[in-house]
Amino acid sequence: MNRSAIDLWVGVFVAIGLGALLFLALKVGNLASFSTAQTYQVEARFSNIGGLKVRAPVKSAGVVVGRVAQIRFDNESYEAVAVLTVDSSYKFPRDTSAKILTSGLLGEQYIGLEAGADARMLAGGERMRITQSAVVLENLISQFFFNKAAEGGDAKSAK
Amino acid sequence: MADPHIAVIEDLSFAYDRRPVLHGIGLKIPRGKVVAVMGQSGCGKTTLLRIIAAALMPTRGRARVLGRDTGTLDRDGLYALRRRMGMLFQFGALFTDMSVFDNVAFQMREHTNLPEDAIRDLVLLKLEAVGLRGAAQRMPGELSGGMARRVALARAIALDPQLILYDEPFTGLDPIALGVIARLVRQLNDSLGATSIIVTHDVAETLPLVDYVYFMAEGRVIAEGTADQVRRSGVAFVEQFVSGAIDGPVPFHYPAAGYEADLGFAAGA
Amino acid sequence: MLVALRAALIRLGAAVTVGVWRLGYGARFFVYLIVHSGTAFRRFRLTMREIYFAGVLSLIIILVSGLFVGMVLALQGYETLQRYGSSEALGVLVALSLVRELGPVVAGLLFASRAGSAITAEIGLMKATEQLSAMEMMAVDPVARVVAPRFWGGVISMPVLAALFSAMGIFGGYLVGVVLIGVDEGAFWSQMQAAVDVRNDILNGVIKSVVFGVAVTLIAVFEGYDAPPTAEGVSGATTRTVVTSSLAILALDFVLTALMFTGGA
Repeated sequence: MNRSAIDLWVGVFVAIGLGALLFLALKVGNLASFSTAQTYQVEARFSNIGGLKVRAPVKSAGVVVGRVAQIRFDNESYEAVAVLTVDSSYKFPRDTSAKILTSGLLGEQYIGLEAGADARMLAGGERMRITQSAVVLENLISQFFFNKAAEGGDAKSAK
Repeated sequence: MADPHIAVIEDLSFAYDRRPVLHGIGLKIPRGKVVAVMGQSGCGKTTLLRIIAAALMPTRGRARVLGRDTGTLDRDGLYALRRRMGMLFQFGALFTDMSVFDNVAFQMREHTNLPEDAIRDLVLLKLEAVGLRGAAQRMPGELSGGMARRVALARAIALDPQLILYDEPFTGLDPIALGVIARLVRQLNDSLGATSIIVTHDVAETLPLVDYVYFMAEGRVIAEGTADQVRRSGVAFVEQFVSGAIDGPVPFHYPAAGYEADLGFAAGA
Repeated sequence: MLVALRAALIRLGAAVTVGVWRLGYGARFFVYLIVHSGTAFRRFRLTMREIYFAGVLSLIIILVSGLFVGMVLALQGYETLQRYGSSEALGVLVALSLVRELGPVVAGLLFASRAGSAITAEIGLMKATEQLSAMEMMAVDPVARVVAPRFWGGVISMPVLAALFSAMGIFGGYLVGVVLIGVDEGAFWSQMQAAVDVRNDILNGVIKSVVFGVAVTLIAVFEGYDAPPTAEGVSGATTRTVVTSSLAILALDFVLTALMFTGGA
């Protein structure tokens, strides 16, 4: 095996290695659609974020338009504040509402944006006024039982 | 240089961990000579060679080699000293992943900035000296034992060393190859103006070849002199060694309890 | 009873002492290796040669294994996913398993047994045949000239191999999932792209493979350099390389996964 053959093979090796990384980054991952693109940040406050995580997707009409950049707790209003990074190519009216939704029955939680009708658009650093918190399964269940119990009580008293 | 000796060893002792190997050795290697250090396997002669090569440091005493006290050298000083030495290992120790040519060129490429065509000329010169210029492009695996030893010799003299060390250069060679190597050792020493130290137990080949001999046994020098002086030294061990007698000061039997006792006869009798 | 306990304790103590001693020796060797790595980069041709031996010659096994692992993942994943009616998530499953875990880990294990053992055997044999001593006698540091290029060659090859393994695996998943089973191609890729994050998943996978590359190659060169200069010594060292580096990969993988994928993300 002479030198230039080794050089050639190592060159090929590294080149296809870089090609594989590029394939992973562009085709498998989402490098092209985000990270380099321009974004702006908006805030949304929720009384309960459930299982929402940082980096969870922000979707509108099912299309991913951004990600949750940060989640913190506001000490004065006792609310959770989620900072959303939204791709600059997507504009939303100021009265757009943010909901915490779950993909599938037990899937990951994400934020769904529902466009409003305001003429003015959301700008970076603004806050979304209309929000809907996560559905917490325990609350749902206890509500269900409470209603059942109430129904049962009504039935008894009607007798 | 004024010093007529290329290596001087004074009252040198050496121990591996706590196992003593050399006891109060003293020897002087005169410039330009071929000197042999002979003795049985395990008498410490290879250890002595490693001390001269500064691969081991003496536990006690001093080794002055090429004007340097090996015990006081740091890494750079050690490497500078070794560039002036060549060593032939017992089985050649050729780099198996390089051709014969690259083996001989190794030190030139590592230590000099010579252009590649100058290196080529030098390598061919060295290979010619051992008669293997034609085998330059062979790999070490394709060589016979004797040829490999000659390549290793060419490699050892690649940078024209002042001191050449040989560790058992004759082991495992057929008589022809052995004769070739023996002649080369003498020839190269004289043509390079170098000094050679041969560590060996091969009496028949070595004695006619060398200028001076040290005999070692159990970590001590027990006899020294020219070949003739040593033959007539009268030391029983040397006589046994030179003539190759089975029994003598070095017993045939490894020390053991009585044979009969071992077989269980003594107690019963 | 007491005697047996004493003997057991002595054995335990000796094992711990030897283990700690070797760990310390290995760490010092590592530092020495890094300090004397200049040659490996100044004369990069030396390292190129080792990339050829460690990387290029491992290509076939890595590509074929990657393809099969991806195909198996797709088959198994489809079985499970379609029960919950979400077979479109197959791309996500294949891609995330490969990029985060299987790519670096399986490529690392294959690398350890293919290239790691070869490195150990080569250095061990060079030691046994006194080639390293000869080099030392020629005033050439064998760590700088022999060990460092092999180390860096391995460290450079490993992430490349892991990336190729993952890419090939995803291609295998695509073959089975889309071409063979008939999962919708658009959903396969788009769900994958939506779920796989470049920094969190791909970059972390690459970091893992670099760490594994360092660990495996370090173990390989150390075992070779430290091998007793005999036939049994070298063969024992080769076995130890494969065993130790496989364990190291799995243990490090756990640690790295815990650090990367649990906190906050």
